[in-house]
Amino acid sequence: MSLDKEKIKHVAKLARISVNEAKVDSLTKDLNSIFKFIEQLNELDTSNVEPLTSILNESLRTRKDLINDGKIRDKILQNSPKKNDEFFVVPKVVE
Amino acid sequence: MSDLTNQSLHEIIEKIKTKKISSLELTNNYIKNIKTAKKLNTFVTTTFEHALEKAKEFDKKPNYEQLLPGIPLAVKDLFCTQDVKTTAGSNILNNFIPSYESTVTKNLWNNGAFLLGKLNCDEFAMGSSNETSFFGNVINPVGDKLVPGGSSGGSSAALAADLTPATIGTDTGGSIRQPASFTGTVGLKPTYGLCSRWGIVAFASSLDQAGPMTKNIIDSAIMLEAMCGFDEKDSTSIKKNKEPYSKNLKDNVKGLKIGIPKEYRVDNMPKEVDELWEKGKKILKDLGAEIINISLPHTKYALPTYYIVAPAEASSNLARYDGVRYGFRSKKDEDLIQMYENTRSEGFGDEVKRRILIGTYVLSSGYYDAYYLKAQKVRQLIKKDFDENFKKVDAILTPSTPSSAFEIGEKTNDPVSMYLNDIFTVPVNLAGLPALSLPAGVDQKGYPLGLQLIGKALDEQKILNIGYAFEKNCGFQSQIKKWWS
Amino acid sequence: MSKEKFDYFINGEKGKYEVVIGLEVHAQILSNSKLFSGSSTKFGGDPNNQVSLIDSAFPGMLPVINEECVKQAVRTGLGLNAKINNFSVFDRKNYFYADLPQGYQISQYKNPIVGEGKVLLDMPYGSKEIGIERLHLEQDAGKSIHDMDPSNTYVDLNRSGIALMEIVSKPDLRSPEEVNVYIKKLRSIMRYLGTCDGNMQEGSLRADVNVSVRKEGDKNFGTRCEIKNVNSIKFMQMAIEYEATRQVELIENGKGIDQETRLFDTKKNETRSMRSKEDAHDYRYFPDPDLLPLKLEQKLIDDLKKSLPELPDKKKERFIKEYGLNAYEANVLVSEKEISDYYEEVAKLSDKKLAATWMMGDLFAMLNDRGLDISKSPISAKHFAELVQSIKSGEISGRIAKEVFEIMVESGENPKKIIESKGMKQQSDPKELEKMINEIISKNKDKVDQYKAGKEKLFGFFVGQVMKLSGGKANPQLTNEILKKLLKN
Repeated sequence: MSLDKEKIKHVAKLARISVNEAKVDSLTKDLNSIFKFIEQLNELDTSNVEPLTSILNESLRTRKDLINDGKIRDKILQNSPKKNDEFFVVPKVVE
Repeated sequence: MSDLTNQSLHEIIEKIKTKKISSLELTNNYIKNIKTAKKLNTFVTTTFEHALEKAKEFDKKPNYEQLLPGIPLAVKDLFCTQDVKTTAGSNILNNFIPSYESTVTKNLWNNGAFLLGKLNCDEFAMGSSNETSFFGNVINPVGDKLVPGGSSGGSSAALAADLTPATIGTDTGGSIRQPASFTGTVGLKPTYGLCSRWGIVAFASSLDQAGPMTKNIIDSAIMLEAMCGFDEKDSTSIKKNKEPYSKNLKDNVKGLKIGIPKEYRVDNMPKEVDELWEKGKKILKDLGAEIINISLPHTKYALPTYYIVAPAEASSNLARYDGVRYGFRSKKDEDLIQMYENTRSEGFGDEVKRRILIGTYVLSSGYYDAYYLKAQKVRQLIKKDFDENFKKVDAILTPSTPSSAFEIGEKTNDPVSMYLNDIFTVPVNLAGLPALSLPAGVDQKGYPLGLQLIGKALDEQKILNIGYAFEKNCGFQSQIKKWWS
Repeated sequence: MSKEKFDYFINGEKGKYEVVIGLEVHAQILSNSKLFSGSSTKFGGDPNNQVSLIDSAFPGMLPVINEECVKQAVRTGLGLNAKINNFSVFDRKNYFYADLPQGYQISQYKNPIVGEGKVLLDMPYGSKEIGIERLHLEQDAGKSIHDMDPSNTYVDLNRSGIALMEIVSKPDLRSPEEVNVYIKKLRSIMRYLGTCDGNMQEGSLRADVNVSVRKEGDKNFGTRCEIKNVNSIKFMQMAIEYEATRQVELIENGKGIDQETRLFDTKKNETRSMRSKEDAHDYRYFPDPDLLPLKLEQKLIDDLKKSLPELPDKKKERFIKEYGLNAYEANVLVSEKEISDYYEEVAKLSDKKLAATWMMGDLFAMLNDRGLDISKSPISAKHFAELVQSIKSGEISGRIAKEVFEIMVESGENPKKIIESKGMKQQSDPKELEKMINEIISKNKDKVDQYKAGKEKLFGFFVGQVMKLSGGKANPQLTNEILKKLLKN
C-alpha cells in the first residue's frame, strides 16, 4: 500500500489538520517509509487469532447513579479562548 | 548546611527525618541548582514560591510518618497540576491551567511531597529524544550534544543533573525506560492499571502508564508506593491493596529463573550492548539465579504493531484539542472547520501531526481490518508470548535500548530510525507488563547503558528485588560532571 | 372494527411505489446522572452548569459507567423481547463538531448490549410485527445555539454525555401511520418500564428516519436516505411523505438516488441534503481503550427480568379476558400505564364495560380539551367509578350523567353529592311518569290522533315532551314503555 498525496489530504481532512502544500512531499515520503515498516505485519497469518480488546481481563466497573459533579461553570469556561458568561463561543456553524 | 542534592531520595528522606536538613534548606538547594541549569532546558514551568511555602509549612509541622516527608519534586509536564500550567510539551496547551490535580501527583502530595516545577517532554509524549517539544529540546547532562531520551527527557535530565531528588514520567512505548537508560538512572514502568491515568494528558490509553524515575532501586520502590493505588475514576485501574514495596525490598535472587529472549539480539546492535547483557546475566547467575534461554517469537512485530495501535488511539485522544474549550485557537477562524484545521495545524508539531495522520488512516474506512484489527491480533500474539514464558521464568532480562544516547538532530529526519530506539521497550507496553530499566554500565564513549528487567503483571516487587540485588553488585557510578553550571 | 386493507403507496406516473422505512430512535435514559459522569441529567438547567470536566473533555479525564444506565438498557431490551448480550463493547465514533467535546462519541458498534427483538403494532388491517435490529448505549452531544448571535454559535454542554439508547428497527415499516403507531408503542413500552420519559418536546425521544422506495412487488430495497434527528411524530410523517415523493420523482425521471444524510426543514416542510456531514461518514469506530468490555452476569439479567412490570401487550390480553373489553378498547386503555392504572381502579368499583366507554368518551375528551395527562385529571378514579355506577343502576340517565360530569370537573365533588344536592336523580316512579304522560296526551290530542293513524315518527315528540316536563330526569326506558302503552289506548 502506498500513500499518495490525495489520500494524505483526505486523511488530513478527516483529522481536521490543514496540510501545508509545501510539506506534502516530505510528509508523503515519511508516511510511506513508516507504512513500509508497519506492513511487516503482513508476513503473519492471523486468521485464527482473536483481536485483543483489552489488556485487563476484567469486566467494566460501574458507578452508582449519583449526582456528584457539575455546577462548575466557571471552571469549565475559564480556559476557553472564546466564551461569554454562559457559553463557549465558536464561529458560526451553517447547516 | 551541606548540599544534599547529589544524594538519592532515600538518603535525603533519612536526613530530613533525622533533622540533618530542613525541607526549606533542601528546597532552596534544588532551586539554586535549577537556576544554574537553564542550559539543559529541563523545566517548562517552575513553582518555586509554592515549593518554598510548602517547605516552610512542613518544617513548622513535620510529619515524618509520610513516605515523602517534605520532599520537593518536579514532574513531567504531562501530569495535570491544579492551578499550574500544564502543556504536554505542546503549543496547543501552551496556556492551559487545569483546575484539577492528576491522581498520581495528588498521591505524591498526600505522601508529603510538593511540586517544584513541570518538566519538559516530547509533545504529547510522542518522541524518543525530547526533540519534539514545543519548548525546545532538552540536553542530556551526560554530554552537551546528547539527547536525554524521550519522551520523559526533561525528567531523566533533571534527575541526572540533581535538579529533583526523584521524578515521575509516563511510559507508552518506553518513555520512562529509554531516557533512564540514556542518563544512567532507574526507570520503572509499572503494570498497566497500577497507577491511575486520571489527570494525565492521554497519548495512547491502552499503553500509557505513569512510573517513577529515580537514582536507585530503593528510591524507585518508595516512589512507586507513593504514586500507585486503585482509583475509581479510572475504569482501567486495578483494584488491589497497596504493597509496601520499599519495606519488602530484598536483595536475594537465589533460585529465581531469569529468561533471556534470543529475539532481543538484533542486527547491528553495538557490541557493547551485547557485552553489557552478558555482564548482567553473569551478575545474576553469580548471585544464584538460574539463567534460561527463552523465545519471544513475535518480538519483531511489536514495533510495527505499536505504530498502529498508539497512533490510532492518539488520533482519537487528541481530537479534543480543537480550540473550543481550552488551549490555543488559531486567529484564522472564519468558519468552524477552518478554525479546527488551522488551530490543530498551528497548535500541533510535526511529529504529533504525523502520528495523528497515521492513526486516522489506520482506522479509516477500508483500512481498519488491514491495519488496526491486524495489530490487535498481533498484540494478542505478543501478549501470549509473554504469558507462555512467564510460566517458566520469574523475570526476563534484556537490554533497555539498542544503543546509548545519540546526538541531538541525529535521527530527526528519519522517523523510522527514531522509532527503532524503542524496539526493546515497546513489547512490554503492548503486553501491559511491568519493566525496570537499570543503569548497568557505559559504552566506549562513557555514555550510560541500561538493562531491562521485565516481570509478570503486578510482579513489581520481584523485579525491584532483582534490580536491588543487581544494583548492589553492578557497581555502576554516574560519571556526570556538572559542566553546565 | 372493520378489517381495512393496507393501502399506503406513492402513485407515480409509471406505477405504485411502496415506501420502506427504518427508524433509529434515540431515547434518553431516565437516570439521575450522566452515562459516564456524575453531573445531572435534569432538563432546562442554566447553560453549562450541568457539565463536569469529563463531559467537557478536559485533558486526562476518563469515563466511568453509570450502572443504572446499563440496567435501564437491559430493561428496555427485555421489554422489546430482545436478546441481551452478556458481552458488549464500547466504541468511539470519531467526528468533529462544536458540541462534541471529545471529538468522538462513546457508543457501541460491533457488540451492542441488546440484540434482536420485536415490537407488535395494532393496525386497522391487523397486527404487525416490527423487527428490532439492536439497541445500544451511547452518549448524547451538547447543543449548538445558532440564533443568539449573528456571527457566532454558542455551545451548551448540559446535554453532553447524557445516556441515550439507540433503538434500531429493521426496515419493516411501510407508512407514516405505521411509524406513528411504532413510535407510540415504543414510547409506551419505555414509559411502562420507566426507562425513558418519552418527552419529545424536551428531546428525550428523537429519531433518524431511513426512507427508500420501490415498485410495488419488488423484492429488492431501493437506495435509502437518512433524515437526521427528527423530533416529533408529525415531522417524521411529513418528512417521510416528502422524501418518498421526492425519491419517486427522481426514479421516474430516470435519475438515481444518492445515499445521503438529509435534514428535515420544519419551516419549509422539505428534506434537504446536509453537505456539512458529507465527509463525516468515516467515523473510524474502534473500541474505547478507556473502557473495558461490559460483561453482564446472567443473574443480573434474570433479576431485572423478574422485576419488570406488566407491559402493554400482556396487559391488553388480560383486559380483554378479565374485563370483557374489545381489542380496540383494550388497546386504548393500555396505551399509557397511567391510563391503564386509572381504568383498573375504576373497573374494580363499577361496571367494567361502561367504565371503558365513559373513560374513552367523556373523560378523554375533557382531558384532551384541557391538555391534561390522566395523572392530572380533576376527577379521581373513585369518583369516576361512582358516576359510572350511578348510570348503571339507573339512578341517573346518560344525559344527566354528562351534566354531573361537567360539575365534577369544575368542583371536584363526588357525584352522589352533586346528584343529591341538585335533585338530579332520575324519575323512575311509574305512577309519577304515568301522571306526566297523561297530562301530555291530553294536551296534544291532535298529535295522538296522527300517531294512531300511523305517523309513528311522532313518538319522539312525545318522549321529548316528557323529558321537557321532567327536567330531563325521566327514566328513558320506563318513559318509552309507558308512552307506548298509553298511546295505544
